[in-house]
Amino acid sequence: MLRDAWLICRKDLRIEIRSHVVSNQVLPFSFVVLILFAFAFNEYPQLLTKIAPGLYWVATLFAMIIAAQRSASIEMTNMTKSALAIYDISPGGVYLGKLLAVVIQMILLELVLAFEIVVLYGATLHAIPLLGATCIAATVGIAGVTTIVGAMISNSQRETLLPLLVLPVVAPVLLSATVAWQDYLNSKIGVGNPWLGLLVVFAVVYCSVGTLVFGTVLEE
Amino acid sequence: MKKRTLTNSIGIAALVLVAATYIYGLWLTPPDVFMGQLVRLLYIHPPVAWVAYLAYGVTSVAAILYLWKRTRRPEWDLLSAASAEIGVVFTALTLVTGSIWGRPTWHVWWTWDARLTTTALLFLLYVGYLALRSAIDDPEKRAKRAAVMALIAFVDVPIVHQSVVWWKTLHQSATVFNASLSPKVHGEMAWTLLLGFVAFTLVYVWLLINRYETARLRQSASDRQLDHAIEERVSAP
Repeated sequence: MLRDAWLICRKDLRIEIRSHVVSNQVLPFSFVVLILFAFAFNEYPQLLTKIAPGLYWVATLFAMIIAAQRSASIEMTNMTKSALAIYDISPGGVYLGKLLAVVIQMILLELVLAFEIVVLYGATLHAIPLLGATCIAATVGIAGVTTIVGAMISNSQRETLLPLLVLPVVAPVLLSATVAWQDYLNSKIGVGNPWLGLLVVFAVVYCSVGTLVFGTVLEE
Repeated sequence: MKKRTLTNSIGIAALVLVAATYIYGLWLTPPDVFMGQLVRLLYIHPPVAWVAYLAYGVTSVAAILYLWKRTRRPEWDLLSAASAEIGVVFTALTLVTGSIWGRPTWHVWWTWDARLTTTALLFLLYVGYLALRSAIDDPEKRAKRAAVMALIAFVDVPIVHQSVVWWKTLHQSATVFNASLSPKVHGEMAWTLLLGFVAFTLVYVWLLINRYETARLRQSASDRQLDHAIEERVSAP
């Protein structure tokens, strides 16, 4: 299964390197979102610095929804899904591979976004390793949900459903990641932050559920 | 006893017990020392919230039974959908009754309290589940995807609950199902609350049976129409 996952991950990353969808569309989109937040809080520039972690995670979440749609649509063109069935690749491997590819792309995007909130919102980043750990746990959790839900609705002509299905599920991740970032930026708590623990639990639970049920989603 | 008679009996029992809950709740129980007349919402709000959780529990169990290949039957999918529909209605009622309670207690119709927010999220989660069902026409594909979504929602509930506990603000702690398992209401108020729980649970059971039967009949009619159309096409010269 892990070999299949690595294969699928490499395939998705290669497609991204050739198509530049994340770098040319998703990244500029998240940049636009950060700028729009600045317009919305025009009167209160100090507030922007204070709530930068929340705005950062909202922008990341929006970007991840688009990335998940893209990741699912890759398997729907040129009968790729049938090809996967013919090659007898394990559904769990397909799930983990797609998840890993999205996580790698999103971590890179989050690095750029972090740089942007420093420049645009005047945020000061402390405890970088802990912020990074929060990013990885939150991204894996969100991608765990978006990968499976994206696959469920990818060919139902109802892609507009994705945000409605995903956002309520990942709301605890948004809350946990925001509070964890706020705690780290205010030097309040270290590794034992319970919000980081909750993010890890969320990621483990959803990756396990996704690996188990992805076969059912692919059955048609 | 025939199935129809049993369903009708449950319906009548539910109606009588709901009426009894109202009579006891509004007239026969005393006002609370701290909350005054507001306590009367206690006999409605927690039972309605309990039914919402019960409905989602049934949805999840039916979805898991559908997902497991050994027990996979279309009936589980119909039961899961029927229960989710009722759950959404009762979650909406929970939010409305909670809001009515909140206005005199907290002086606002809505506040970003943890439990209110997460109940609203739970509502949206299952509205999404129903929207997903309505978006897919093929019954088998719909059943599989809806079952996965129900499982995702089910797994999400404890995580949402935990984030609620840590993010706790205004809402009082659980009156009945608290960690120490010691209810905070006693005497005739406790009995009236128990009556409310039984009454609304029976309402749920009655609604579930009827909604499930309607869905089953609709499915059966749809299958028959399809069979008839195939027969006509085959027998055509």
